Amino acid sequence: MALTTQAAEPVGGAGGFLAGSAPQRARRRRLGLPPMTAKLAAGLIISGAILLFGLLGPFVVQDPTRVDDIGLTGPSSAHLMGTTQTGQDVLAQLAYATRGSLTIGAIVGVLTLLLSGFFGVVGAYAGGWVDEFFSLFTNIMLVIPGLPLVIVISSYVPDKSLLLVALVLSLTGWAGSARVLRGYTLSLRNRDYVLASRVAGEKRWRILAVEILPNLIPLLASQMVFAVIFAILGEAGLSYLGLGASGSISWGTMLYYAQNGLALRLGAWWWFVPPGLLLALFGAALSLINFSIDEIINPKLRNQTRAARRGWLMSRKQLETAKEATL
Amino acid sequence: MHLLRKVGFYVIALWAALTVNFIIPRLMPGDPVSLLIAKLGQRGPVTPEARASIEVLLGTDTDQPLLAQYVDYLGNLATGDLGLSVSYFPAPVTSIIGQTLPWTIGLIGLATVISFLLGIGLGTVAGWKRGSWLDNLIPVTTMFQSVPYFWLALILLFVFGSVWPVFPLNGGYDIYDTVPGWNAEFIGSVLYYGTLPALTIIISSVGGWMLGMRNMMVSTLSEDYLLTAEAKGLRPGRVMRTYAARNAILPSISGFAISLGFVVAGSIVTEAVFSYPGIGSALLQAVGSNDYALMQGIFLVITLSVLGANLLVDLLYSVIDPRTRART
Amino acid sequence: MNGPMPAPPVRPVVSAPVLTIEDFSVDYLVDPVVHAVKNVSLTLRRGEVLGLAGESGCGKSTLAYGIVRLLKPPAAIVSGRAVFHSREGIEIDWNLLDAEELRATRWDKISMVFQGAMNSLNPVISIRDQLEDVFTAHRPELGRHERRKRCAELLERVGVDPARLRAYPHELSGGMRQRVMIAMAMALEPQVMIMDEPTTALDVVVQREILREITRLRDELGFAVVFITHDLPLLLEISDRIAVMRAGEVVELGDALSLYTDPQHDYTKQLLASFPSLTGERGSFVRGGMDERLLALDAVRLDDPNAGSTA
Repeated sequence: MALTTQAAEPVGGAGGFLAGSAPQRARRRRLGLPPMTAKLAAGLIISGAILLFGLLGPFVVQDPTRVDDIGLTGPSSAHLMGTTQTGQDVLAQLAYATRGSLTIGAIVGVLTLLLSGFFGVVGAYAGGWVDEFFSLFTNIMLVIPGLPLVIVISSYVPDKSLLLVALVLSLTGWAGSARVLRGYTLSLRNRDYVLASRVAGEKRWRILAVEILPNLIPLLASQMVFAVIFAILGEAGLSYLGLGASGSISWGTMLYYAQNGLALRLGAWWWFVPPGLLLALFGAALSLINFSIDEIINPKLRNQTRAARRGWLMSRKQLETAKEATL
Repeated sequence: MHLLRKVGFYVIALWAALTVNFIIPRLMPGDPVSLLIAKLGQRGPVTPEARASIEVLLGTDTDQPLLAQYVDYLGNLATGDLGLSVSYFPAPVTSIIGQTLPWTIGLIGLATVISFLLGIGLGTVAGWKRGSWLDNLIPVTTMFQSVPYFWLALILLFVFGSVWPVFPLNGGYDIYDTVPGWNAEFIGSVLYYGTLPALTIIISSVGGWMLGMRNMMVSTLSEDYLLTAEAKGLRPGRVMRTYAARNAILPSISGFAISLGFVVAGSIVTEAVFSYPGIGSALLQAVGSNDYALMQGIFLVITLSVLGANLLVDLLYSVIDPRTRART
Repeated sequence: MNGPMPAPPVRPVVSAPVLTIEDFSVDYLVDPVVHAVKNVSLTLRRGEVLGLAGESGCGKSTLAYGIVRLLKPPAAIVSGRAVFHSREGIEIDWNLLDAEELRATRWDKISMVFQGAMNSLNPVISIRDQLEDVFTAHRPELGRHERRKRCAELLERVGVDPARLRAYPHELSGGMRQRVMIAMAMALEPQVMIMDEPTTALDVVVQREILREITRLRDELGFAVVFITHDLPLLLEISDRIAVMRAGEVVELGDALSLYTDPQHDYTKQLLASFPSLTGERGSFVRGGMDERLLALDAVRLDDPNAGSTA
């Protein structure tokens, strides 16, 4: 899974990765990795921290379901982030909820990648009526709004497993990525080097695997990051409405209980702020990572980043003159 | 030819939506029909016609072949018969949709249009003046974009409803002091009650439009025709609007389909937070009380609205981009 | 770069300069700094066609954009200036213009025709709107009716049916688009036109037509042209004088005939040699002598004896 390998990187690169000396930069480029910028670093650090919290947090906190008769209390030394109405520890809940939300995100991310890859890349590569049909199917899935469909489906099933929720979310969420992938694959398919290998008589699957897929990797990665954001947000919405997986804890269910426990009216910010904030932070961190991937996919953006501009040896006066004269 | 394809696509999409609506209740475990009819029975007498219409809608265990059921179902839809609602018994589903839909279209439609225009406008300026404060604001708006709608709604409600009560906590208008209709008090009240929900939708979706537009502006600025426009000595405003933004906006418009689903989804949840009397609240109400007929009806209407909005946007696109017109 | 620059063949100055470029240098201010144009000095005389030849990446386009200050960062003019001399004898130093003056002076004094024209026209607005834009920006006093009349005249002048005003760029062929670009460049009757590879993306026949058009219009209207191309034989045909650029420097400058018959710099000789002889003489690496045979064999000369060089 691309997300974990990328998120793990700051740990391995430790310290030196921020500076990124010239040979290091060259090496990153050769590996097809995005150049290390402040944006990317921030994204990786935040998402990595949340990932670690979700992975390791549940081992160190108390049982999130343990009820205590102290009731709703604010942060204290015993309960760092306070307790819920039934005296459950918010920090413990948060740790388990992070794990739950990330699990959903990971499953949906992979499933979406497979579905959109199949309908987007394979369809566009095969061409002909297969492409026509796949693209029609994708477009129809695209205009049928996902969440209402998910709500309808999940209301028929009273006891839902986490896997079922993930499956429904990926079934309703793959179409957008598939369309983007299809567009890009179509343009790749007509590049000279692909035509050349076709003329050279290479096998079709080999062209797909060797010539096309490697070029799709940045786009696949960015689409997968989107899918993860989409899944976590979607699950949170569903759980918030009380339609999530039964018996699971996620950021959404925490908010659902907070809402039902009148956390808002009682001013219990320590209950409803943390899950939403983590959601937003994780989403933002993934978006930051996506910015950097975007700059690989679209070189025109790359030249406009501040990192690129910082490499210019222009004096302020020269820049101002240039700004005056041209766009 | 181009137009024909478009229309053809929407016809097929419409058919697909109807079919999905037909299949889901039949695929699902359990027997929604008897559940529904039992519930209806508690509320009052169920006429044989009402029973038949629900069976057609949700499917029964009768030995009637699926195809015949399907034909009946389409026939019922054609006459606008969506069955009876349990939670609003004995109102037909269509009348509930009729009551709630205008609220949703008013709130979500308007908020989405405002958000789109605002995002495009800000994105244009941010891309035009790269490195300006507005451009540097983009990561911040992306942060807002990843904030879930309902959580933002909760926070706004907490801040502006409880801590600092400037806006009402819930509802679509002042039900005590105003009378629904075309009078100033009512309209004023609707606007007042709609501000916070609309703000939620705008804040969480404007960042996406803005970022997309900004990136397209940056790409467009390196096109040859921008250099021509500059060399021509046109006024900067003209270059920005007619040469850069006019071209950069095209992907945003065609990307509307992808985003609209998200907007609608987020808005349903937003309605739930504000107890707004729209179709999203009605959907959740239906889900809560296992009101399957209402649920299916609402799903259908939401899908049709999204389809309609997409068709409109598609038509708008061909007005803006002459190249699609040429293919007709 | 190699060896000293030979003195250009002296020719009596027949007309006054319209554009002087003095000690012009452009750097790309990245690490390491790229010196794209190095201390170039050139004089463009009123009504002449000055060819600017050189291989790709030699800095000829950078020089052209630098003159009208269209360079984007990190490119910057680091020394020298470009001065425009108006008919009234007023000197305009481009470096000293502020943003609004620059905008008003562009196209009015110096207009440009860009390579290919494939993407030089805005795809989403009509030809008429793009032509009219020039008038609304620079001649705001013109009424709508007058503007439209002028647009129609312009198209007619370059041999495009004025009915095509309503067309969008994608509905025109490559050659037509380039004609539209030339019409646009003439709109304000500028005294200088910079043409950056105006015919490179076109097929040979269309290329010929466009060149003939440019030469004819130049004769009619008397503007000066800076014609940039890597195609030296083409320049020999249409230019009065030719500057050969290499690695940001002008290595040789001279009138077309003497450059052809008696190239001084090694690089010029190389360039000349790299094009096959049109006379078909085997073994003649460098074309032997600028001769009537060459021009007579040229397709355009055959069907239009007035086209081609006035050299």
